[in-house]
Amino acid sequence: MPVHTFTVNGEEVEVDCDDKVRLLWVLRDLLGIHGPKYGCGLDVCKACTSLLNGQKFNPCSIEVADIEPTDEVVTIEGLPATVGAALHPMQQAWLDHDVAQCGYCQPGQIMNAVALVHQVHAEGRSITEHDLDGIRNICRCGTYTRIREAILAGEAAMYPTVATGS
Amino acid sequence: MLDAAPSQPLDPGPGTPTGSGRAMPRRRFLGLLVAAPTLAAAARLGLAGPASAVTPGSEGIGPSVEPADDYDLGDLLNEAAAPTSQLITVVVGTDGTISFALPRAEVGQGITTAIAMCIADEMDLRLDQVRITLADARPELVWNQLTGGSNTMHSMFTPVRVAAALAKQALLDVAAIELQSAVGQLQNREGVITAPSGASVTYGQLATKAAVPTTRTASVELKAPGSFSVIGTPQSRIDALDAVTGRKVFAMDVDVPGALPTMVCRPPTINGTVVAVRNAAAVLALPGVTDVAAIPTGVAVRAATFGQCIDAVDALDVVWGPGTEDAKSDADVEAELVANELPLAPAPPVTQVIDKRFTFCFVSNSPLETNSAVARVTETSAEIWSSLKSPITAQQDIALALGLPPTAVTCHVVQGGGSFGRHLFWDAAKEAALASKAFGYKPVRLMWHRTDDFRQGRAHPMATSRVRVQIANGEVVNLEQRHTSVSTDYSHGLGEILSAYATKVPGVNFLAYTSGLFYLTQTVPYRFVSTDQAINEIDTGFNTGSMRNVYSPDVCTAMELVVDQAAAALGQDPYDFRLGYAKDARTQAVLERVAAAGQWGRPLPAGVAQGIAVHSEYKGRCAVLAEIDTRPETVDRKIRDAYTGPRVTRVVLAVDVGLPINPRGLEAQMQGGIMDGIAKALTFSLHLQKGTFLEGSWDNAYYTRQWNVPPEVQVIVMPPTTSEPGGAGEFAVGPTMAAVACAYARATGTVPTKFPVNHDQPLGFAVIPTEPPLPESPTDVRPSGA
Repeated sequence: MPVHTFTVNGEEVEVDCDDKVRLLWVLRDLLGIHGPKYGCGLDVCKACTSLLNGQKFNPCSIEVADIEPTDEVVTIEGLPATVGAALHPMQQAWLDHDVAQCGYCQPGQIMNAVALVHQVHAEGRSITEHDLDGIRNICRCGTYTRIREAILAGEAAMYPTVATGS
Repeated sequence: MLDAAPSQPLDPGPGTPTGSGRAMPRRRFLGLLVAAPTLAAAARLGLAGPASAVTPGSEGIGPSVEPADDYDLGDLLNEAAAPTSQLITVVVGTDGTISFALPRAEVGQGITTAIAMCIADEMDLRLDQVRITLADARPELVWNQLTGGSNTMHSMFTPVRVAAALAKQALLDVAAIELQSAVGQLQNREGVITAPSGASVTYGQLATKAAVPTTRTASVELKAPGSFSVIGTPQSRIDALDAVTGRKVFAMDVDVPGALPTMVCRPPTINGTVVAVRNAAAVLALPGVTDVAAIPTGVAVRAATFGQCIDAVDALDVVWGPGTEDAKSDADVEAELVANELPLAPAPPVTQVIDKRFTFCFVSNSPLETNSAVARVTETSAEIWSSLKSPITAQQDIALALGLPPTAVTCHVVQGGGSFGRHLFWDAAKEAALASKAFGYKPVRLMWHRTDDFRQGRAHPMATSRVRVQIANGEVVNLEQRHTSVSTDYSHGLGEILSAYATKVPGVNFLAYTSGLFYLTQTVPYRFVSTDQAINEIDTGFNTGSMRNVYSPDVCTAMELVVDQAAAALGQDPYDFRLGYAKDARTQAVLERVAAAGQWGRPLPAGVAQGIAVHSEYKGRCAVLAEIDTRPETVDRKIRDAYTGPRVTRVVLAVDVGLPINPRGLEAQMQGGIMDGIAKALTFSLHLQKGTFLEGSWDNAYYTRQWNVPPEVQVIVMPPTTSEPGGAGEFAVGPTMAAVACAYARATGTVPTKFPVNHDQPLGFAVIPTEPPLPESPTDVRPSGA
């Protein structure tokens, strides 16, 4: 079988796997990285949301053959390392607002939130209610209200000098 | 050794005020100090008589009293659990931590945190000094390991505190000797016991010394509600850090060597059967595939990755036999329900009658984590890991299916990624066990595909609810309700409890589980001259279960819509009407709080309206005020790829659970219930077409998403009204659904008669075909620029 090489959470990995297997299964079943969760495999529920070269993506919907050797994948397990602290400010915001209930969707929610905040600030603006309305990640426990509050708190911690006006 | 336990607390001590200012006697409880290497203490409780179940605030009830007012499902579950609760043990470790293996399932509802709080409070510890794990299936607990009916805190509150109090008492006794002091002079804080001399000793240092060589009884007094230090304070979940770091372990994350991904190729219609597999050898030759074998529910495949399982499922050429409901579509089931509705009593001609029937469509109870289980079966044993809310019944059923004695089957209860009723059953665990055996005794990691979880997984049954109100002389004299439902499956063990305890329920003789559960949970929160609610269930060909409650959301919504019409017929404001007819002060109090906080009656533009509803269950009261915006500019708001529709813009909820253990966790449960209630009222259902549910993705089954979340959500936790916690997990769904429905009726000028209200609109999605059985995962989602 073909060998695929790329970087996950700062470590170079090499997997021997059929080309068309989606990256989610490579991460979960072959590499034992369990933070990204399966909720649909259809790019709908967003429970597996992770970062590819800093941008959010859903590993359930990309073939491992399409991951390049230079690609850097970051899952929830790799998030703290990106800021050199024990917890990323968004994770801390999640704790401060006691967002999680069952917790199954939360790694994907947090990864989405981090990417969303970076994306919005790259556009030179702050998170709006419309941005929050557009989040697709399912939370079947219904923690949505706390997710919205935590994202705004996480944003304030990630971009402390920018006035948040939503 | 464990027999002859007194059924009631021992001698009442001095009176102690409670939150409601009532004098309650202090009570001593018997428990056990259990022979173990370190100190272990257990609660020893007998049967509590039904009389003790009457809670303050429910007295003074008017003429209409349903059985559930005085004795409800929670009481029955408590009674069933009481004889075995002495076997539930708190253990003190040499490191000073307290361990407790909770015989319940944590699925997100926060019970591990709330139980840890009870132990920490009673033993004067910090929350992080208590370790809660989930107990394996323990058949000796008989009925004391069912997680359901929002009953965990109600049933565990006293036993777990008795065990903790006994442990602390034993530690203090030994500390007094060690420190040469009197027990009464010792200070006890965070696991350190200090004598007046300043000398101290820790729980950990005493754990072995306080251990008893033989099990013996001891009595203890519990802390009075007024002296709680942890109970009643907002606490964050004890597993929050694991959740936000991705470390929390769910069934599919359990490390069992060799347990390879396994999926089942399922039939195109509900409960279809395997007639023949035409190409097993070809599928076995596909990359990664290790095994292919038929099991009763389909054809199981095992592979190196789940991706290869999906490919194998789609490559299978299976001849399917018919299912159990192939001829039926939504309209057929609805007609069947109407035809089987129990009759109403003839109405006297003098009364004004409002008579309405409502239909509640099938709804999936699927959590975000699909059905999943790990199984390792050998010729003589089986070991299962899964989120199981009825692990004892699961163990027995799986043993039977494997041809093993129950004692050879171990069921480990893993934390669940949600449940909402789904994990009352062990569908995945049984399939995993059977697949492991069918593959020649290989370990399997079995998971359902999302599309299967909607189409073949359990659903809340379709139901109709007819409500008739009679009005005479300016008041409501009678409310009757006839609920008719597709049969709900109670084979998870609750059925056995109900049948075993049926004769103990005062005032009701029920012949079937169904009517028993209905009468034990349903009540009219209003003081009408007479009320009468009854149920009939039909058609057992569907895979059903509860969905964050069985009957209440539908029964409550139907009733509240008719109550609004009764108020209108009498020329009364819906809130004033409810307040006037409310059965008791607690019901009035929650109504008053939401009306004030939600500004009931405030002026709103056309197309925007409020609704108010109230519900009584689980020894509690819950009221909701909802505001909905049905104006075209809102209904058609532009959110990329979103199914929008009317938006609930504000929800104010007030809940009185008696004694709130963890207000923060309670608020979370209420928020979740609000999201469910909105979904059930407006968007969330399954469409049945010739034996197949059409929904196969979260973009088909419209559970609440962020674009439907109310911008304003306010949860008001009422101060304690009793000395015991009621239920919370399912409580918010009914009154929220009802309040949203009432608001929708007012905003649109049309009373909806089918729920969710969008069900008969054109489908908002392209139906995923049933052939191939599973949709292929997309391949082209690399973010631009990444």
